[in-house]
Amino acid sequence: MKITKKEIEHIATLARLNLTEEEKELFGSQLSSILDYVEQLNKLDTKGIEPTSHVISLNNVMREDTAVSSLSVEDALKNCPSHTEKFYRVPKIIE
Amino acid sequence: MKYEAVIGLEVHAQMLTDTKIFCGCSTKFGSEPNTQTCPVCIGMPGVLPVLNKKALEFAIKTGLATNCNISTFSRFARKNYFYPDLPKGYQISQYELPICEHGFIEITSEGNAKKIGITRIHMEEDAGKNIHEGNGNYSYVDLNRAGVPLMEIVSEPDIRTPLEAVEYMKKLRTILRYLGVCDGNMEQGSLRCDANVSVRHKGEKELGTKVEIKNINSFKFVEKALEYEIKRQIKVIEDGGRIIQETRLWDSDKGITESMRGKEEAHDYRYFPEPDLVPIIIAEEWLNKIKKTLPELPDIKRNRFIKTYGITESDAELLTSEKSLAEWFEDAVTSGGNPKLVANWIKGDLLRILNEENKTIEQCPIKPSQLAGMLKLLEDGTISGKIAKTVFEDIYKTGKDAAVIVKEKGLVQITNTDEIEKAVDEVLLKNPDEVERYKSGDKKLLGFFVGQIMKITRGKANPQLVNEILNKKLS
Repeated sequence: MKITKKEIEHIATLARLNLTEEEKELFGSQLSSILDYVEQLNKLDTKGIEPTSHVISLNNVMREDTAVSSLSVEDALKNCPSHTEKFYRVPKIIE
Repeated sequence: MKYEAVIGLEVHAQMLTDTKIFCGCSTKFGSEPNTQTCPVCIGMPGVLPVLNKKALEFAIKTGLATNCNISTFSRFARKNYFYPDLPKGYQISQYELPICEHGFIEITSEGNAKKIGITRIHMEEDAGKNIHEGNGNYSYVDLNRAGVPLMEIVSEPDIRTPLEAVEYMKKLRTILRYLGVCDGNMEQGSLRCDANVSVRHKGEKELGTKVEIKNINSFKFVEKALEYEIKRQIKVIEDGGRIIQETRLWDSDKGITESMRGKEEAHDYRYFPEPDLVPIIIAEEWLNKIKKTLPELPDIKRNRFIKTYGITESDAELLTSEKSLAEWFEDAVTSGGNPKLVANWIKGDLLRILNEENKTIEQCPIKPSQLAGMLKLLEDGTISGKIAKTVFEDIYKTGKDAAVIVKEKGLVQITNTDEIEKAVDEVLLKNPDEVERYKSGDKKLLGFFVGQIMKITRGKANPQLVNEILNKKLS
């Protein structure tokens, strides 16, 4: 299944990736072969089988509505490349 | 050519849980920025979300109260997009298997009852808040709100006018507040509304191209934004143009909707089932248990008030618009208040004074039994209607019972005819000119005499008796 250049560009935009022409070519053919590989699954007869979204047969895992303590501001912001004393800082969002 | 609008609303309601939907962080509003977050809600690697049971119950309650089917099998999905207020790069939402579907709400618009369909109600997490300050090169992010539980309530395109849209929003808000699942505060953003609008020629079956309007955050703006947008679309069509499917932003300062074209990413959310959260299965038994916790809902309460208390439909509608107001009314009636009188006094003096003092009915210093007590004095003739107004203000200010105030201030109505006669004679004697003019035809002067008599008796004379005696003496 050949992925078009347009599709690669669309996926790259959604993933916020800037790809060179060569990379578009390379990733395009790699993604195509991945899809071809997975395509083999379509040969299986799945008639009468419920679609699976979760592989473990578990449901209704819930917690009570009871508050626990949160991270300190310092800890919350620690891994962020840019922040002020109280806020995460990001490039200006154009409104 | 006559046009009609086709409107559907998407309402986001913040749920009144203590904690976030997938972690134990507090949802308290107005805390210091980034003090209510944890590795789950800021999207650290390797963490697992766990569903808040109360959020699920709230969504189910809302579904039941809006006549929805509650899905026996439901699950979460990831909605993928990038924005700085969305730490994980996806929002956990529901997609093809929402918790509630196919319901309706009844509204009354311009005297006509109408059902507005509910397509679906699903649960999802809220995003954080972006703060834009000055002309700097940065925006700032507060993630306290990230992960706060939301319900998205999607209506069918059954709404035809901006007024119906407002009625729908009001009814939905009333229901949410009755259930205690959302505080319904549009200004603070706990209830938000997006609208899908299209227009078509009346009688046509096909739908026109729809436009989505965002950022409508008050009842007034729901009406204004829709009115503006409908007019805009009709004008485009009449000028020979075509409506473009797009998202527009309501600008309340300018009173217009503006295209977000160019500023908006192509919608391609690539939904897929959320692997970190297991499916939800609702057993009949649990559903029945939740059903039993539902309060009497506004429509049923309104009809019961009309039937049981013989009050008018519009009074019943007003009294049941807030659960606490309805309870106040019923408390006053069970304390012996005449239902019609209680309704009139709530509608008039009580709501006026609360409004002036910026108080809610919960903060009202008058107890329902105190209003009932005052109305009894009014009904048995102990005080006049005019005095009742003063007594009412006094109860509000002092918290004393009406009987005590009446006794302390000597406000008991004068029904003794001798006493009234004396006052009438005094007034007529003092104003011989007016009496002459009245007798020669100036009948308007009757009001003047009554006023003078009331002044002498400090408003306590029974008005009916005053009129009777006065008429007798003047004829």
